[in-house]
Amino acid sequence: MEFKSITQLKSLLDENKISVKEIAESYIKKINEKKELNIFIYFNEDKIHDQVKEIEKLPNDKTLKGIPIAVKDLFCTKNMPTTAASKILENFKPTYESFVTQKLVDQGSMFVGKTNLDEFAMGSATNTSYFGNTINPLSKNDNPLAPGGSSGGSAAAVAADFCLGATGTDTGGSIRQPASFCGVVGIKPTYGLCSRWGIAAFASSLDQAGVFSKNVKDASILLEEISGYDQRDSTSSNVQIPNFSKNLNPSLDGKIIGIPKEYTVDGISDEINEVWEQAIKSLEKKGAKIKYISLPHTKYALPTYYIIAPAEASSNLARYDGVKYGFRADDAKSLDDMYELTRSEGFGKEVKRRILIGTYVLSAGYYDAYYLKAQKVRKLIANDFVNVFLDCDLILTPTAPSAAFPLNEKQEDPIKMYLNDVFTVPASLAGIPGISIPYGKDEQGLPLGIQLLSKHYNEQEIFNAAFALEKDYE
Amino acid sequence: MKLDTNTINKIAKLARIRLSEEEAEELLRDMNSILDWVEQLNEVNTDAVEPLTNISSSILPQRKDEAKDINSTDEILKNSPDKLEGYFAVPKVVE
Repeated sequence: MEFKSITQLKSLLDENKISVKEIAESYIKKINEKKELNIFIYFNEDKIHDQVKEIEKLPNDKTLKGIPIAVKDLFCTKNMPTTAASKILENFKPTYESFVTQKLVDQGSMFVGKTNLDEFAMGSATNTSYFGNTINPLSKNDNPLAPGGSSGGSAAAVAADFCLGATGTDTGGSIRQPASFCGVVGIKPTYGLCSRWGIAAFASSLDQAGVFSKNVKDASILLEEISGYDQRDSTSSNVQIPNFSKNLNPSLDGKIIGIPKEYTVDGISDEINEVWEQAIKSLEKKGAKIKYISLPHTKYALPTYYIIAPAEASSNLARYDGVKYGFRADDAKSLDDMYELTRSEGFGKEVKRRILIGTYVLSAGYYDAYYLKAQKVRKLIANDFVNVFLDCDLILTPTAPSAAFPLNEKQEDPIKMYLNDVFTVPASLAGIPGISIPYGKDEQGLPLGIQLLSKHYNEQEIFNAAFALEKDYE
Repeated sequence: MKLDTNTINKIAKLARIRLSEEEAEELLRDMNSILDWVEQLNEVNTDAVEPLTNISSSILPQRKDEAKDINSTDEILKNSPDKLEGYFAVPKVVE
């Protein structure tokens, strides 16, 4: 049985054409058939059946009643362990539920499992996980492809039809880039729209929860449900959350779409530029006006990000000391020994690299030259967007510089790997919302994604334009 | 070259991460190339620019500072690798 969307499955359930139990069984079967994709860090049939009993008791007006959702294993969940894909959190059982997952539970969703990710969300291919690589479900047999990252397991879970929606987090592109690689919809809302409470922290001034889905309408339904003010997160915004799905309107009459010239960078395939061109033409045809714009500080976004994110990570990850939870190294003789051995054995290579960079750029004598400088450039990058949005409603760009790349492609050079996020990082630094939707395919039939950005709290217009563009490939 | 082996080891000590010689060597190479790459930020004139510390464009409300009992000691201690009489236990620090 294949269900196309949340709306479709919900009406089947409302009309008693299917039961919550049947939904559970259908998804368990699908997941068991493709275990080799290694999409889940945690999958337990019993836990799903336990939820069925609870969900059946809920009234049908719960928006997500019986809807199968996959949860990135960075969100703390009370009934399932949470690892952040790190050895250092192996066997960690949170004593509380994250804000976002609690909201999903309250609306009756069924968690099918916890998805794989890059360790502590640090990566772009889901290949730094302690629990092994996830394989992109769109791979052909002889050539396993990466699902993107860091929320690669969640994007892959939607693409493999293991669920109808999934949670992700996006610090520099970790929702939008894997959505593009796996051919699904992924949205990172405005910084602060959903609470960070209960999400293992990576870089707190950038971390933002969001969702994956099979189509734009489902994404709007899910985002509506996970958004909202929470006093346990001091950066959570107290704003009215619009009824995104009800307000969906594909009309683009008179909308001004900005096309930034700085996003034409070297090394992007012609196919991606062609798809971008097609989307521009389509928007024009639908009544939008195209405006060529400039975001002059774009080229500094990646180096700025790779100072700020590691700096914040080095501070956030100081809490993993082997004392309170998670892994502790065995044969430590002293307390210092225990800290050092625990962290040395518990963290993977990429995480160590970022902690050390972060420690260095924050250390005495270097703080001004690196961290403070990066914060100032970040201001200029954010201002670029503020200026452009005086005349534009939306910005359209490609999501990633390539389609999904082979899993075993050696990425020895960290900077080359960081370039995956070249189109997504600027919006993260500015805290503005962005969506990636599948738009066209490359020569090998792999999906390509395009990205729509807008000003703070303007998710509705992003959804509307994405909804209009989505129709080109229906 | 910004970093040498001594600096790497000093930073690793600050971050409480023990590195093998091999790891230190590899990290030295990676970190130097990353630090050279971020150098390009010096091309940007930031003389009159305020650093961006809070990205949120809305006014962030403050909550009342009230104590709330949300977890039991027992439940929290269950996650600890070593505990003793209601406390986290660590290797001995006082002789």
